[in-house]
Formats: sequence, structure tokens, C-alpha cells
Amino acid sequence: MESGDAAWVLASAALVLFMTPGLAFFYGGMDRSRNVLNMLMMNFWCLLIVPVVWVVIAYSIAGGNADASWFGGFDAAFLDGIGITGEDGGMGLLTIAFLGMFAVITPALISGAVADRMKFSAWALFAPVWVILVFAPIFKWVYGGWLGQRGSLDFAGGTAIHVNAGIAALVAVLILGKRRGWPSEGHPPHSMPLVMIGTGILWFGWFGFNAGSALAANGQAVQAFMNTFVAAAAAGLAWALVERVKDGHFTNLGAASGIVAGLVAITPAAGFVTTMPSIVIGLAAGAICCLAVQLKFKAGYDDALDVVGVHFVGGLVGSLMIGLFADPAYFGADHMEGLFLGGGLDLLFEQALANVAAIVWSGAVTAVMLLVLKATIGIRVSEEVEASGLDTAEHAETAYNYGDVSMGRPGAGAGAPSTTTGARDVLVG
Amino acid sequence: MKLVTAVIKPFKLDDVKDALKAAGVVGITVSEVRGFGRQGGHTETYRGTEYQVEFLPKVKVEVIAEDSEVPAVVEAIEKSARTDKIGDGKVWVTPVDEVVRIRTGERGVDAV
Repeated sequence: MESGDAAWVLASAALVLFMTPGLAFFYGGMDRSRNVLNMLMMNFWCLLIVPVVWVVIAYSIAGGNADASWFGGFDAAFLDGIGITGEDGGMGLLTIAFLGMFAVITPALISGAVADRMKFSAWALFAPVWVILVFAPIFKWVYGGWLGQRGSLDFAGGTAIHVNAGIAALVAVLILGKRRGWPSEGHPPHSMPLVMIGTGILWFGWFGFNAGSALAANGQAVQAFMNTFVAAAAAGLAWALVERVKDGHFTNLGAASGIVAGLVAITPAAGFVTTMPSIVIGLAAGAICCLAVQLKFKAGYDDALDVVGVHFVGGLVGSLMIGLFADPAYFGADHMEGLFLGGGLDLLFEQALANVAAIVWSGAVTAVMLLVLKATIGIRVSEEVEASGLDTAEHAETAYNYGDVSMGRPGAGAGAPSTTTGARDVLVG
Repeated sequence: MKLVTAVIKPFKLDDVKDALKAAGVVGITVSEVRGFGRQGGHTETYRGTEYQVEFLPKVKVEVIAEDSEVPAVVEAIEKSARTDKIGDGKVWVTPVDEVVRIRTGERGVDAV
């Protein structure tokens, strides 16, 4: 184990962990104030349960048997035999920790689509089981499995993470149904500053996501870092400009959405393309995703916070554009070249095939999972809960307590002051 | 006694407060309110979707005054809140039957 590599991957893993709270704020700000805590908790739930699921079983399926094409098996369940005493000095364990952060954020991405109406108990079961049945197998196929062996490329998770979560989000909202009053009733963001701080955290964390995926402190990590920097900027620029032309204003939400779309699109390509193609990928992703978020109104699916328009479409844009710009000679790698580097259409075909495979498996298994949940515990809150907000009904909490006159303590007795000393200390002190 | 109520543009609150003080008013109550009048609302756009914001934020100012002071109070608000643009708000006057100063138990005009 090279200490420099280990240091960078350790730092990167922590950066990627920070992305899930960042995503929670990005989504939470876009959500309405009565549902923001439910949105945060759907994301934080992934931080609670997925790490455990990952080391107990999901990693083994995703990466256990290096020679397997479809399924990693159960040999590495409970991380059996994996630690710091072996020849690698712990680099394997570190890589599993790093990848575990990706396993956390992938189901969390889906939460934005199902906002405002999914039962938390259904989400609590869906997220970990989805990691085992959908994330882990597709991860195996893409990294070392049959899709990777055929030659498709996915540097940090365009197919394995964003297209995968994006199609699951689409299937989820089709099964879950529209929110009450959508689209006639407006659902504007309740806190744009929260969206912007979430975007900043995501961008910051994404340097670990992409540059860390070199799994070494080397030149490929440096190029991935630069690409993450410029593609996100270019995409934010493109989205903001398209909105300015189309709707007349430079909006914060447009800038933030563009940045995230660019980060999504450069994710699969970050370690395979040079700086200028990254800008092209970013510009394309920003403009295309800006238009793609309008699809839901035409097609009639209620993807609340545009997981399909940003992650599915952005992931596809980036993944397919690898087929145009992949430059193995520059990186000293031996994979296929992109179309513009003289490699013909072969890589583009493999990229398309890999995404189709991910779409079919993720879409089908997600559908089965949600239909089973729907038939058993139910996946949707009651109309009353949907109208009054999920924060109080599902979590017994309120995001913003502005006043201190209405919260007494149960059992204080009839005629007792509505604000007791204890509650007052909590609220005011 | 009368209750003078005004709904004004929020950024005019300081000017109105100063004008009322200058007119001899010793106490006012303000609240943040929303509503619409001839000004109507405005639109906001999020990810290309337009939202009509129908209720605009306004500030409501309430002053209790002796009958003889009412014209001066109304005029102070009228002059200080005016921008000559749509949405400047309204002032209205309603009769008040009784006023009590809670601390002292004074009633009527003494309590104003």
C-alpha cells in the first residue's frame, strides 16, 4: 500500500460521505417546508442503514469474486478475511469503505423523485433491499463484470449510479402516482439558500467521488479533478444561459441544477477524457437537462425534484459522450478509443449497451420491489398526511419552530401554561 | 376613540413610524400580513415552471387615537406611506368602544 494513495482515498471517502447530507439539503430546500424533514431523513436513513448492509452482504455481491461476470457471490460477506493484516496492508478495506459511500448516496438519489408522498416505512425497507438487489449486481456488471469485460467504461458511476438511480426513480414515481394537485397546484422550493448550500457541498464532495475513483494519488486523479471542476461550471453556465433566453432570468435554481447535471455527466467520463472535452460534456449536460426537466409535464409523471431529468438524463449524456471523447493514449490505458479519437462506433455501442442493461435490470427489479411493498405494507401516505405534511405525521417533528407559544408538554395538566419552563428552555435557550 | 388601521408597503414602515411619532402618537402595533389588491401578485420561475404569487407581503399598522387626533394620524400615514405607485395600501378608521391599560386598570381615553 502506497501511503500517498491511501491518504488520498481516505480523504476522498470522507468527501463522498459528505455528499449525502449535501444532497439532502439540495433536495430539502426544493421541497416544501412541511416535508423537508422527511426529505432529509430519507437521505440520512441511507447513511444509517446502507453502511451496515454494505459490509454485511452488498459488497460481496458487488465486488466479492473478482472473476465473476454477473454476481460477486457471498465469500466476502461480513468482509470475511478482509482487514489490515494482509499483503495489501488495508488498501482493500479502504477501497470497500470508499465504495460504501457510493452505495449510500445511490439510493438516496431516488428520494427526490418520491418526495411528499412516500410512506417512510416503505422507504426504510426499499433503500437497503434496493442496494442489495439492484445497486450491487449492476456495480458488479459495470466494474469487472460482463459489461466491463466487453469494454464499456464508467469511471465513477454514470451507469452504475446515476442512470441506475434515475431509472429507478422514474419507475418509482409511476408506481407511486402523482402528488395531490400536481401539476396544477404549484410546488415551489421552500428554501433556495438550502438548495445553494447543498449544491456547494455536493460539488465539494464530488472531487472525492470522481478524483478519488482513480483509487490512487496519480495523474488520472488530477485530470478527473480538473474535469470535475470545469464540467460542473460549464453545465451551470449552460443551464443558466438557456433559462435566461427561455424564461428571462438567471436563476439560482438553474445555476444549482446545472452544476449538479454537469457533475453527474462528468462522473462516468472523469478519468477517460481531457479538459476541453469535459467542458463540452458539461455544456451539453447543462443544456439538455434544462430541457429534460420539462418532460415530466408532457409525459405526466410526477418526478418531484427532477431526479430523472438531472440524474438519468445527465448520466446518459456523460456515459454516451465517453464514446466520443475517450482518450486512452493520453491516460496510458488500453481501453477502446472514442469516435473523435479515431476509435469508430464500437465504444459508443458498448456505452449504449451498458446503459440499456442497467435500465432493464434496475427498472424491472425496482418495479417488482415497489409492487410487493405496495401490496403488503403500502407505499403511499394517506391523503390527510399528504395534505398536512409528512414531517409531523411520519417523524413527529417540525422543521421551523418560529414561535414559542404553542408548544406545551403533554401531561402539564389542564389550566397549565401552554408553554412550560422545560419546553421554553429548549426553544428559546 | 378610533382605531386607525393601515396596510402599507413593508419598506415604508420606518417612514410611517417616524411620521406617527412626529404627530404625537405614543404607541403603534405592527404585523406582517399578506394580501392582494389592485397591484396583484408577481410570478416566480423555478426550473422553467412559472408560479403565480398572489398574496404580496404587506405591513399592517394599528393606532388607537382620540377622535380629535384621527385626522392628523390618517394624514401622517397617508403622506409617509405614499410612493404614487400601485400597491401603496389603504387606511381605514373604525370606532372603538373601550380601551383598557392592563397595568393600571385605566379605562377609555386615559388608557390610550
